[in-house]
Amino acid sequence: MIEGISIYEILTLSSILFFIGVYGFFTRENLITVLMSIELILNASAVNFVVINTYLYPDFLQGSVFSIFIIAMAAAETALAIAIIINLYKLVASVEVKDTQKLKY
Amino acid sequence: MDFSYTILIPLIPLALFVILGIFSKKIPASISGWMGSLGLGVTFVLSYYTAYQYYLNGKVNGIYQTFVYKINWMNFTDKLHIDMGVLIDPISVMMLVVVSTISFMVHLYSRGYMKGDDGYTRFFAYLALFSFSMFGLVLATNLFQIYIFWELVGVSSFLLIGYYYTKPSAVSAAKKAFIVTRFADFGFLVGILIIGYYTGTWDFQELNAVDHETGSLVLNWASTSFMGLSVITWALILVFMGGAGKSAMLPFHIWLPDAMEGPTPVSALIHAATMVVAGVYLVARLFPMYYFVEDGFALQIVAYVGAISSLFAAIIALTQHDIKRVLAFSTMSQIGYMILALGVSKYEGHEGLGFMASMFHLFTHAMFKALLFLGAGSVIHAIHSNYLQDMGGLRKYMPITHITFLIAALSISGVPFFAGFFSKDEILAAAYENNMLIYISSVFVAGLTAFYMFRLYFGIFWGKEKKYEHTPHESPMSMTIPMIFLAFMSIAGGYIHFSKYVTADHMPFEAHLNYYLAAIASTVGIIGIILAYVFYKKENNLSERFSHAFGVFYKWTYNKFYFDEIYLFVTKKIIFGLVATPAAWFDKNVVDASMIGIGNVTESFSEKIKGMQSGKFQDYAMGFISGGVVIAIVVFYLWIN
Amino acid sequence: METILFYILAALIVIFAIATVSTRKILRAVIYLLFVLIAISGIYFLVDYSFLGAIQLTVYGGGVIVLIIFSVLLVHHIELELEVTPLKKKLIAGLISAVGLGITLWAIFTFPFTNATTYKSIEVDDIGRKLLSYGEGGYILPFEVISVLLLAVMVGAIVIAKGKKLNE
Repeated sequence: MIEGISIYEILTLSSILFFIGVYGFFTRENLITVLMSIELILNASAVNFVVINTYLYPDFLQGSVFSIFIIAMAAAETALAIAIIINLYKLVASVEVKDTQKLKY
Repeated sequence: MDFSYTILIPLIPLALFVILGIFSKKIPASISGWMGSLGLGVTFVLSYYTAYQYYLNGKVNGIYQTFVYKINWMNFTDKLHIDMGVLIDPISVMMLVVVSTISFMVHLYSRGYMKGDDGYTRFFAYLALFSFSMFGLVLATNLFQIYIFWELVGVSSFLLIGYYYTKPSAVSAAKKAFIVTRFADFGFLVGILIIGYYTGTWDFQELNAVDHETGSLVLNWASTSFMGLSVITWALILVFMGGAGKSAMLPFHIWLPDAMEGPTPVSALIHAATMVVAGVYLVARLFPMYYFVEDGFALQIVAYVGAISSLFAAIIALTQHDIKRVLAFSTMSQIGYMILALGVSKYEGHEGLGFMASMFHLFTHAMFKALLFLGAGSVIHAIHSNYLQDMGGLRKYMPITHITFLIAALSISGVPFFAGFFSKDEILAAAYENNMLIYISSVFVAGLTAFYMFRLYFGIFWGKEKKYEHTPHESPMSMTIPMIFLAFMSIAGGYIHFSKYVTADHMPFEAHLNYYLAAIASTVGIIGIILAYVFYKKENNLSERFSHAFGVFYKWTYNKFYFDEIYLFVTKKIIFGLVATPAAWFDKNVVDASMIGIGNVTESFSEKIKGMQSGKFQDYAMGFISGGVVIAIVVFYLWIN
Repeated sequence: METILFYILAALIVIFAIATVSTRKILRAVIYLLFVLIAISGIYFLVDYSFLGAIQLTVYGGGVIVLIIFSVLLVHHIELELEVTPLKKKLIAGLISAVGLGITLWAIFTFPFTNATTYKSIEVDDIGRKLLSYGEGGYILPFEVISVLLLAVMVGAIVIAKGKKLNE
């Protein structure tokens, strides 16, 4: 609970953060920056979990616990993604999105 | 009396067919010919033994008994079922003798005739298949079994006509024979089904059982009528349609002349002596039905079809140049004889003379017509041509062929003391007693027969002296021996007292030669021979002058009264042109086109949208998120309202 | 005081987030991301969830960011400028994001949240008990699953990043 700040302001903030992440995911041309956009999205959702827990249901701890899980997931995902990016770099000597379009028709 | 061993008669050729057919590439020609001849030799002996046993000991109280050995093969109802087995009665035993004799002779003859041919073993395999089917047909115990073997002889006939399958004319002749007979067999099948439906049985014994007290059939069926005739009469007419197809009666005769494209021994076996008389045999098999149902209305039709075919074919035979075609039309004419004899016959005692005469003529005709074909084959073998124009003066080169051919020609012309004289006389007597119109036409046909046979005889063995590239020589022993045997039969066959053995009601009677009628027939025959002698003995232009005198009629006859052209017109112009072409147009432009159109639309549409499958994960994510957004908007909009 | 602090943090988050997704220098983008993450941990401290704030700082600030920096250094020159995204794509992405943001905010502001009257700070003690509890409302199963997941990811990351040797 933050003095003078209602849940609306914080949810607005996390929504903005989320959609900035989405925008970055759409527009970035480099796999590492795409990964960073995903971090933004994950953080926005973690903030939501925490805020809704503390503002609406302070007697329960679900939101808090899940925010910890989210951070664990995010760390794992980052480690794996970095590993894939490095392996890809070994293969095609590039981490650009346009060089990874092998799934094309 | 036990005749169960007769089952071996069809099974031996079947085994031969399987062995020769499967190992046709492995078995050398020298062995396969002997195998075929030996197998058929065994059936020949068995058949004669059966005949001897049956005709000597088969009578109880003066009536020939019927022996049936069968297994139940397929059940429809308790009563209606298809059996497989053998039926031994006077006509089937007589047919066994005919088929085994001719088949054995043709096997022996083919060993010489087909020598050096590539498909030698295949030829003998087909012959064995045919023999098997024909024996099965003859011994059939019920209508359905006869139908099965009926189709099998059709198939083996198809295979043998198309034996020279590299020759387009042989292939088309084979197709023609198969399609025409198959078309007729459609009627046969419908007839069988009608009989099965209304009488509840297909068994010959049950169908033909006659009550001697009342003089009618034992089986009584509901007299349902259709278009003024009882259904069973219709069924019998349809069954006869099948018989007419196989026996080349009008209007299904068109396949027989073309079938001469097959090897000559095949023509002798199938298209002269055995398969083509299957129609006669079928009517004889169901004779009590034909005679008793509705006072023999169906039998009247049979008689007229036979008479007209016989006259018609005899006229065409006068003008043909291909010797095998002359013989083919002659066959058709003689089968017409047999059919008309059945048609004018009655059932009991001496009244059944026509039936006996028909079977008698079937027997003698098989012998002398097979001999004529084998003789023709021998001639063709020597000079490699089918045409009368290429022949002449061959009597010096081929004495045995000459003599045997002369015997056969005399026999078919009804010259006294030859086999054909006796059988033909019985037929004419039967016709004289029952139907004057048919009698007169038959006598006329007898004269025509004598004329065209001696036209052939003089044209081949006398006439102008030809210069041949190779000096023709007599055929080898393997070919002449069967011819000599058949020549013997063509004389001796006439002295068998058929009325003691083969009759409609299985009871022997005494038939006497009617000297008055015999004298007329022989006189007409001899006039025919003398005319042929005048026209063709020496080279002269009498025949040309006569053909000019007859003009249009000659042309019509030469073209077989344009029957083939009429059929072609009907099938091509009317069926193909008026029905098939619009149907094909509809199929191509509506049915196919709509299907192809659907395919094309799908293809072009997918070509357009395949760009969406860009492989860029960001594009996919964009699609996913936009979709989510749209769904969210829709959900909230509905939520508000 | 807390209100002002929140607005400052909020402004930092939005500005640096935008900077993260729009700068053309990759290393700077990583640093801006670090600022965003630190500011978010500030939010956690503000709502009295110090434990999560600490985790945020250590895991993100200490772990993830370092990992990303290493990977950037492995595959890029530091001075490398990123390619410019086509304007059309930017516009479409911006439009979709704006519409999505609009619908989300509209949903948030039309929904009547009922704030809890009581207030409790979240203690590490409670979190720990909750995570290891196998009674009602316990999280022992997800906890174990997460730990197995982390192990699998560790092994997987090593295997994938190692790849094949070039001469194999």
